[in-house]
Amino acid sequence: MNPHPPQTIAGLRVVPRRHYGRWLSVLVLLGIALFLVDAFAHGQIDWNVVGQFMTAPVILKGLINTITLTIYAMILGIILGVVFAIMTMSSNPVMGAMARFYIWFFRGTPLLLQLLLWFNLALVFPRLGIPGLFEYRTVDVITPFLASLLGLGIGQGAYTAEVVRGGIMSIDPGQTEAARAVGMTRITTLRRIVLPQALRVIIPPVGNEIIAMIKLTSVASVIQYDEVLHNAQTIYYANAKVIELLIVATVWYLAVVSVFSIGQHFLEKFLARSQGRRKRPAADATPQEA
Amino acid sequence: MTDMVLAQDVQKYYGAFHALKGVNLQVSAGEVVCLIGPSGSGKSTLLRCLNQLESIDGGAIRIDGELAGYRQHGNTVRELSDAQVSRQRLASGMVFQRFNLFGHQTALQNIMEGPVVVQRRPRAQVRDEAMALLKRVGLADKHGSYPTELSGGQQQRVAIARALAMKPKLMLFDEPTSALDPELVSEVLAVMRDLAKSGMTMIVVTHELSFAREVANRVVFMDRGTLIETGTPDQVLGNPEHPRTREFINAVLA
Repeated sequence: MNPHPPQTIAGLRVVPRRHYGRWLSVLVLLGIALFLVDAFAHGQIDWNVVGQFMTAPVILKGLINTITLTIYAMILGIILGVVFAIMTMSSNPVMGAMARFYIWFFRGTPLLLQLLLWFNLALVFPRLGIPGLFEYRTVDVITPFLASLLGLGIGQGAYTAEVVRGGIMSIDPGQTEAARAVGMTRITTLRRIVLPQALRVIIPPVGNEIIAMIKLTSVASVIQYDEVLHNAQTIYYANAKVIELLIVATVWYLAVVSVFSIGQHFLEKFLARSQGRRKRPAADATPQEA
Repeated sequence: MTDMVLAQDVQKYYGAFHALKGVNLQVSAGEVVCLIGPSGSGKSTLLRCLNQLESIDGGAIRIDGELAGYRQHGNTVRELSDAQVSRQRLASGMVFQRFNLFGHQTALQNIMEGPVVVQRRPRAQVRDEAMALLKRVGLADKHGSYPTELSGGQQQRVAIARALAMKPKLMLFDEPTSALDPELVSEVLAVMRDLAKSGMTMIVVTHELSFAREVANRVVFMDRGTLIETGTPDQVLGNPEHPRTREFINAVLA
C-alpha cells in the first residue's frame, strides 16, 4: 500500500501533459514553408509585375464585374430557389412536378455547358419577344453578361431550392398550425412565420454557395465575359507574364472571399439573437470571474 | 341562446383509422364545455376539425351559424378557398398543448402579429390592446421576452393572450396544461377560469377533472371516436351513467 495516500493534489508539483505532436507538426510546417518560399523566391516570378498589375484599371474593372455578376446571379438564384422550394412543397401537383423537373435538369447538367447553351441561344431562338408587339434579335439581347447571369443564376436556383426546402422542413409544424389558427393564409404563414425562422438554417449554406459563386463566375471567362480572371488572361496573352497575373487574380479572389466571410459571420450572429438569449439566465447563476 | 357550435354527424378518417364516428355536439354562446376521455378518443381531432386545421370526411360543422369549409348552393356544396377558410378561422381562437409561440418574435410581437397582419388593424391601437392582454394574463413585464426566455406556464399564458387578441367568438383549448410542469398548471388554469367568468364560449380538451368540475357548464366524455356521455359536471364526473365513463374517471382519480 502507498504509505502516503494523497487526499488532494494541493501542494504537490503538477507536471503538465506533454504535447510532442504539436512540436513535430510545427517542424513539418516550417519545412514546407521554407521550401515554398524558396521556390517562389528563386522561381521566374517578377514580383514587381505582380505589384504593378494588382491595381491596374483592367484588373479592377474585372474585379468589379466579378462582384457584380456574383451579386446578380445570387439574387436570381435565391429568388428562384425560394420560389421553387415553395413549389416543391405545394399542394398543386403540377407546380410540384415543374419544380422537381427544374431541379433535376439544372443540377444534372454541367454549368459550363449551361453557359454555352445560353450564349448560343440564338441558334434555337433567332428572335426574342412577342410577335407584333416587340421583337429583338437574340444575338443583340444575349450579351456575355446576360448569358453568364442566366447560366449561373438559374443553375444556382436549383441548389438553393434544396437548401430552402430543408430550412422550411426544419421548422416545427406547430408554428404553421399556430399561424393558421390566427387566420393566416398559407402564403402569409410562409412569409411571416416559417421563412423568417428558416433563415437561420438557410443562411450558413447559402453563405457557402455565395463563396462558391464568387469563384464560379470565373467560368464566364469562356464566353468572353470580362471578369477578373478573363482580364488577367487577356493581359498575359499580351505580355506573357502568366504566373504573375494568375497570382494577382488569386490574391483578389481571396480578398473578396475573406471580406464576405466576415460579413457572413456577423449576419449569422444577428439571426441567432432570438435563440442566443436562452443562455442569459444560466449565465446570471454563475457570476463571471473578475 | 344561439348555437355557437353545431357539429352534426362529423366523420373523420386518417387512412383506414376511423377517428370520429359520427359526432354530434352543440355548444351555446357563453357555455364552457370540457371534453374528456382517454388518449386517442378523438377529443383533439374534434377540436381541430372545429377550427378547420383538419378537414372532415362527413357530416357538417357550423360555427355561429356559418357552415365551416363549404358554401352551399342549392343541392351542392363548394369547398372554400384557402383565404375564405382563413377568414372563417377568425371566429375561433386556438390554444395548443405545446404553446407554439412564434419563435422569432417577442411576447408582445406574438400577440400583435394576427391583429396587425391578418386583420390589418392600426398598430398603435393593437399595441395598447396587446399590453392590456399581457397585463390580464399577469405578464405585463415580459412583453420584450422571446419564447425561449419564458417558462412553459408563461408561454401558455402568452398563447392565450395571442388567441384573445383576435377577438374570437369562441376559444378552443387543446390540452393546454398537459405539457406543463405540475407547479405551473395552476397559473394557466387561473387565466382560463377568469376567461370563463367573463362569458367567453370555451371548449376545453383537458385531463384536469377538478377544473372541469369547477368551471364547466357541461362535460362531454368521448371514447374511440364516439361521444359517449354528456351532462353537467355533477352528472358526468360524479354519477356517470355509462360504464366506460365510470371506468375512465376512476382510473384518472386513482
